[in-house]
Amino acid sequence: MLQLTKKAKRIALVIIVAIASIVSIGMLQPKERIKVATTTSLSDTGLWEYLEPFFEQRYDVKLDIIPVGTGIAFEYGKRGDVDVLVVHDEARELQFVAEGYAIERIPFVYNYFLIVGPPDDPAHIRGLNSEDAFKKLLEEGIKSPRQVRFVSRGDGSGTHVKEKALWKAAGFDYNTVQKAGKWYIETGLGGMGATLLIASQMGAYTLTDIGTFLVYRKRGLDLVPIIEEETPILLNVYSILVVNPQKHPHVKLEVVNKFVQFLTSIEIQELIEAYGADDYGGRLFIPFVNGSQSAANLERGGENWLK
Amino acid sequence: MAEIERGVIQAVHLLVSLDREVIEISARSLWISGISCLLSSLICLPLASLIHFHNFRGKRVLINIIQTFFSLPTVLVGLFVFVLFSRTGPLGELGILFTPTAMVIGQVILVSPLLLGLTISALSGVSREVVDTAISLGADSFQVIWLVLKEARYAVLAAVIMGFGRAISEVGCAIMVGGNIKGFTRTITTAISLETSKGELELSIALGIILLLVALIINVALNRLQQR
Repeated sequence: MLQLTKKAKRIALVIIVAIASIVSIGMLQPKERIKVATTTSLSDTGLWEYLEPFFEQRYDVKLDIIPVGTGIAFEYGKRGDVDVLVVHDEARELQFVAEGYAIERIPFVYNYFLIVGPPDDPAHIRGLNSEDAFKKLLEEGIKSPRQVRFVSRGDGSGTHVKEKALWKAAGFDYNTVQKAGKWYIETGLGGMGATLLIASQMGAYTLTDIGTFLVYRKRGLDLVPIIEEETPILLNVYSILVVNPQKHPHVKLEVVNKFVQFLTSIEIQELIEAYGADDYGGRLFIPFVNGSQSAANLERGGENWLK
Repeated sequence: MAEIERGVIQAVHLLVSLDREVIEISARSLWISGISCLLSSLICLPLASLIHFHNFRGKRVLINIIQTFFSLPTVLVGLFVFVLFSRTGPLGELGILFTPTAMVIGQVILVSPLLLGLTISALSGVSREVVDTAISLGADSFQVIWLVLKEARYAVLAAVIMGFGRAISEVGCAIMVGGNIKGFTRTITTAISLETSKGELELSIALGIILLLVALIINVALNRLQQR
């Protein structure tokens, strides 16, 4: 049997030093950076890619944008793995603040959800309000699951939460919807854009925010808006949540404050409002700060609807 | 299928025009997987030798366990590394989640069983006489290990290449612990995943082709090295 010699020990030492140095290289980050967990609809529309350079230039801070669903974003925030969240699920946002995980919730842009589907509208829901449309979708889906299908995000994202609220408003328990048959398809992965692509391939209906829909329509979708109404229940508000530095002392509050100021500044709000309007044939996001009164009112209305 | 054709054309275009982002992403993939593979080799080659040269109780069981870990799902490693380095986790203080460092650690965990198991197999192929002769000539254990590794170098190199292949091609762990941050932790595979979800199929196919090209260059280089 062989024994460890000095040389072998020396090699072991070299390995340990190598690992330690690699780890420290990772921590020696030249620039200050903050981590932002964000809903996929904001990154799928390219908004972050557009805004990032403006922020980085002005403040000399690198934005680490982590595109995930709203569900997992809350988990990152709870654990303190990110400094700030940008999400769209009002009920959970308020709860998140109430539980002390975030110190502030700042709504900064909004748009509306819409129900999109195949151009021939096989369930004949065009012209209905969203509650009746969902009722009819379920009925027709059960009746003829080959023609009428609905693709759900199924991932706990803000859009998924909204979809559940719509089923509830239509008078259904979500569990029964999930078990109602093959017409109801849960994708569970890939974000809003991927879900639109799947729905388009399957000739199915789905719920989407207008921003992502407009961007993906340009890339080629066999889907058209079926229900498009600017009612409180279809309101979609994106908010910034600042992770509580008392729970997680490493949160860079100073930089996060700059980030909040940046996103809510008139200048950037105007940029957001103009973003994509020419390219995609419609406004993707509507600023909250400028003329925020009506939006704030609508949101309060939305809150009542949810209850 | 027209996407594939357009993807190939786009790959050529991206390569010829030296697209900055593509080069940056490819270099990052290569760097992260290369470092992972190197670190894993530094750990596993000596460790494999130790296991090979020692007879102890449970050796077969240990080898079975190592081989079982060949099937380690990448997302499971990702989840493990995430929980480990998450701020509320045991190593959260380091603050390395969503950095390339975390990705390297994940890939080392992913690749190590493969390197370990395949190196042990490679060493088993070396005749016992070589060892006996070396010992009788007064070689110390380090020299013996070095000699045997050299004897088995073809099979060992094949193991390293395989490990590198597993590292550069995985996406589950990279996306979970790296976060797919543009310009920081985005690699070829996580970019493919993102671009596909965006419906940019041609770009995804082009990136896939570039990944294979990178792998080809690495393999040719390593094989050259081996033939010397």
